[in-house]
Amino acid sequence: MKGRAWKFGNNIDTDLIIPARYLNTSDPEELAKYAMMDADSEWVDKMKKGDFIVAGDNFGCGSSREHAPIALKATGLSAVIAKSFARIFYRNAINIGFPILESVEAAEEIKEGDEVEVDLTVGIIHDRTTGKSYKAQPFPEFMQKIIDAGGLIPYLKKKTR
Amino acid sequence: MAQTISQKILAKHCGKKEVLPGELISCRVDVVLGNDITAPPAIKEFEKIGVNKVFDKKKIFLVPDHFTPAKDIKSAEQVKMMRHFAKKYGIVNFFEIGCMGVEHALLPEIGAIRPGDLIIGADSHTCTYGALGAFSTGVGSTDMAAAMATGEVWFKVPEQLKFIYKGKLQKWVEAKDLILYTIGQIGVDGARYMSMEFTGPAIKALSVEGRLTMANMAIEAGGKNGIFEPDIKVYQYLKNKIKNINSSFVISNSALKSDPDAEYKDIFDWDVSKIEPQVSFPHLPSNAKPVSNCGHIKIDQSVIGSCTNGRIEDLRVAAKVLKGKKRHKDVRLIIIPATQAVYQQAMKEGLIDIFMKAEAAVSTPTCGPCLGGHMGILAEGERSIATTNRNFVGRMGHPKSEVYLSNVAVAAASAVAGYIVSPEDLK
Repeated sequence: MKGRAWKFGNNIDTDLIIPARYLNTSDPEELAKYAMMDADSEWVDKMKKGDFIVAGDNFGCGSSREHAPIALKATGLSAVIAKSFARIFYRNAINIGFPILESVEAAEEIKEGDEVEVDLTVGIIHDRTTGKSYKAQPFPEFMQKIIDAGGLIPYLKKKTR
Repeated sequence: MAQTISQKILAKHCGKKEVLPGELISCRVDVVLGNDITAPPAIKEFEKIGVNKVFDKKKIFLVPDHFTPAKDIKSAEQVKMMRHFAKKYGIVNFFEIGCMGVEHALLPEIGAIRPGDLIIGADSHTCTYGALGAFSTGVGSTDMAAAMATGEVWFKVPEQLKFIYKGKLQKWVEAKDLILYTIGQIGVDGARYMSMEFTGPAIKALSVEGRLTMANMAIEAGGKNGIFEPDIKVYQYLKNKIKNINSSFVISNSALKSDPDAEYKDIFDWDVSKIEPQVSFPHLPSNAKPVSNCGHIKIDQSVIGSCTNGRIEDLRVAAKVLKGKKRHKDVRLIIIPATQAVYQQAMKEGLIDIFMKAEAAVSTPTCGPCLGGHMGILAEGERSIATTNRNFVGRMGHPKSEVYLSNVAVAAASAVAGYIVSPEDLK
């Protein structure tokens, strides 16, 4: 996956990712229209499919709303790269098959607008603008299986079949 | 190996003698909860799994509380989906408006939670039930869907943090202040992925309702769960709610106590007698300050209620402050009893009368304004003090509005004064 980096700070909460006033639906396309609305109201128009969010610590803190990773995924965003993730967001992203990558160095060094390329199979983040590469924290084997299956539900279906 | 109460409950629910932090386990769940925002996506995912029944008709709780009574057509559709799902699969515990309440006030009140239970809810404040000695944590809709089908959920065993509170609370200081202070000290990610165990003489002195308030906000420090060892107060709270509950099971059960030599990643030790009522400034719950350091902050609204502070003891405190007084003419005062039973009890005690005379708008139970849903949304530039749990950007309405978090007494006093103030300084 390839795209440009959009930088956000620490503690990007779920109300910034998708404000509660839009949660009277769970339709991904509808939710995508309002992704990151209260952090940057023009972001959805500026971003392009394939882009990345690069953020600081505790990305996705706050509510358990799965609408947050669902909205980001539906915008066509490739992945979120952050120094760290809040735990419910982390679970939710894995469960819906939305890629997240943890790397303190990458999150610090990648600049807004940098061309980023990610190889999920090996967890390598490559900043094409600076030429630097970073290795993301690997997932435990069990979580990798859920990710490989495309999320928790496809994983369960596979398991029970 | 020595274990904490959290580890013991997790171990029991995955069929192991002990569990270690970092270990990945699959646990049996005793309660699965969802609300009108999170259950609809869970229902859609559940239907994709391809099972024809839920794991247990009595262990699933569906509480439409966020945008109810339905605030608009889309919200009504969400609740309709829950209602149909409950009927289709014979789910007993669906709570229609009129018998519902804010989920985390309702479930303990009706005896749905037992000490030692393992609970997941598709709502981040599911951590509330740790007050009763349960391991309880928030998850997303897909986890809820999977648990409704299988009765199981995966966990990474969290590291353990211990918080010891000593000393006597000052006047007008509530459990809410202890948790705001705690989050202020360790930050919104200070307990990220971890268990927060609350203990010490000041905790023993707290009521069960106070402990529910504290456990409720463990998530605001990033915690996976907040937990208290159950004691005689928990037994007394539960004995009329749960049939045949055994006092020794609750009070002197080593499976519900942390071993004295259990390992903690960190231990915090605080003297609560030095803590004033706290106010968390926008836009993070960790921006806590003593109320005396707030300066003159004018407010447009005061909200008393929510899963954090909408129980009967909270309303009694509000009534104590508001009795014989009126809201400031520039402040809207909104008081929301968290459940139908709380509302009824408040009526019996004459609290609602005090609120009405103070010109409060008193509403049927709903999460409403807490998450900027309905029933008290802020316009651009407006400020609200609130007994709720989050003050993120746009949380109660316009992205350029502000929420200040406080205890009940401060929210009530501020509604009268027109600015943020301690009841002590209310003229």
